[in-house]
Amino acid sequence: MADTKERVIKIIADQLGKDATEINEKTDIPNDLGADSLDLAELLISFEEEFNINIDEQDAQNLVTVGDVIAAVSKATN
Amino acid sequence: MKRVLVTGYGLVTPLGCNAETVWRRVCSGESGIRLATLPRTGQLRSKVAGECSDFTTDGYMLPHEAKRLELFAQYAVVAAIDAVKHSGLDFNQEDRERCAAIIGSGVGGLREFETQHTKWLDKGTAARISPFAIPRMMPNSAAGHVSIQFGLLGPAYSISTACASSVNAAADAVRLIRCGEMDIVLAGGSEAALCDLGLVGFSAMRALSERNDAPAQASRPFDKDRDGFVLSDGCGVLVLESEEHAKKRGAAVLGEIKGCALTSDGTHITQPDENGLGAGRAMQKALADAKINASDIDYINAHGTSTVLGDLAEVRAIKRAFGSAAYSVAVSSTKSQLGHQLGGSGAVEAVLCLLAIRDGIVPPTINLENPDTECDLDFTPLTAKERPIKTVLSNSFGFGGHNACMVLGCY
Repeated sequence: MADTKERVIKIIADQLGKDATEINEKTDIPNDLGADSLDLAELLISFEEEFNINIDEQDAQNLVTVGDVIAAVSKATN
Repeated sequence: MKRVLVTGYGLVTPLGCNAETVWRRVCSGESGIRLATLPRTGQLRSKVAGECSDFTTDGYMLPHEAKRLELFAQYAVVAAIDAVKHSGLDFNQEDRERCAAIIGSGVGGLREFETQHTKWLDKGTAARISPFAIPRMMPNSAAGHVSIQFGLLGPAYSISTACASSVNAAADAVRLIRCGEMDIVLAGGSEAALCDLGLVGFSAMRALSERNDAPAQASRPFDKDRDGFVLSDGCGVLVLESEEHAKKRGAAVLGEIKGCALTSDGTHITQPDENGLGAGRAMQKALADAKINASDIDYINAHGTSTVLGDLAEVRAIKRAFGSAAYSVAVSSTKSQLGHQLGGSGAVEAVLCLLAIRDGIVPPTINLENPDTECDLDFTPLTAKERPIKTVLSNSFGFGGHNACMVLGCY
């Protein structure tokens, strides 16, 4: 779980050019990090490739915070 | 009708990304052509290329911003930032509704198309195509990103007339400024077609040099042993501004665009009209637009790509347009040093023309060891020549039968 969190945060930080230490589970990806719709679509691909999973389309629509992403990744890997 | 001045420029070329450095290297006869470093170069028939290996986005955009742009759009934004800095413009002080960006490109984001399509084929239905694929690929993305960079609110668009694209872009800019619609236009062209598909595609047309054993000698315009052009990447962006506007803000003037003209061959999609009819008409019309005679031109920066057909057609066109003056004007092709930057070439050459005027130096046509018998003009072979230069004609001709000519002069 801790590993999942770290990997998710690293992807987000790298892709959006942010400092990983400023990102936690409560971080709102569009509002706090300025991600636009294209960034979100690309992040989704990166999460799917990193964890070799498919995130359900419905779940993908509801991903707002880093915590949401960690939960969706955990659900898809189980 | 307002006069159109050049107040800044920026370059990306295989001989560097600083205009003064590029100019010095071009004049000293250095070649920017090497063996291509693409992963599959070994399988290609033409392996020579002009890669812009000095190019970097560092200091211009952050890495996560840069990845939203295809290489050709990165070139355009970086060259535009350099050009604007050079001009001393601060767009916060400008009426940005009167500022435009016209950036040409022959093939747009060909590399991105290749990358994403390969991913699609490799991964089949599970392919996850990047949401940035289309915004990176679209040929107008260079103009779009340049307008976004400076918050320009006038028109921003791309022009795609193959190798005539950037002179075509400048010609459009000149019209917008002359009639008073725009005060400032960032005009030029950008190309990054060096990928497997680009090299294989042009190679299939038998358009590229296959002098793989001597890359620096591959681009040899007007030489009897020329065997095709060398594909290069690059970009040029000019800050074009109305005389009135430039004077008002006390800008340093680097030169004037005195005239331009566009024509079509109307004959064949890739072969130039063998008698140079369309190209000759474009030269004559550009001279007429500048209200000067052929004998007023001191130097012609030729299109001169190093193809058998193209070089001959251009020589015939120059003779047609210039008459007896064809034999006294200095001519050279700086593609001999830089290769053919397709849609970027005309704007890069326009900058070299302005520097030729400034310094009174005709840059050489390198590798021109044995001129083709019909190529009997003064092509400035091998070494640069000093000569007072006031007025220059720059030629660009593109697949599609597009001819674009521009007259530049001192102000």
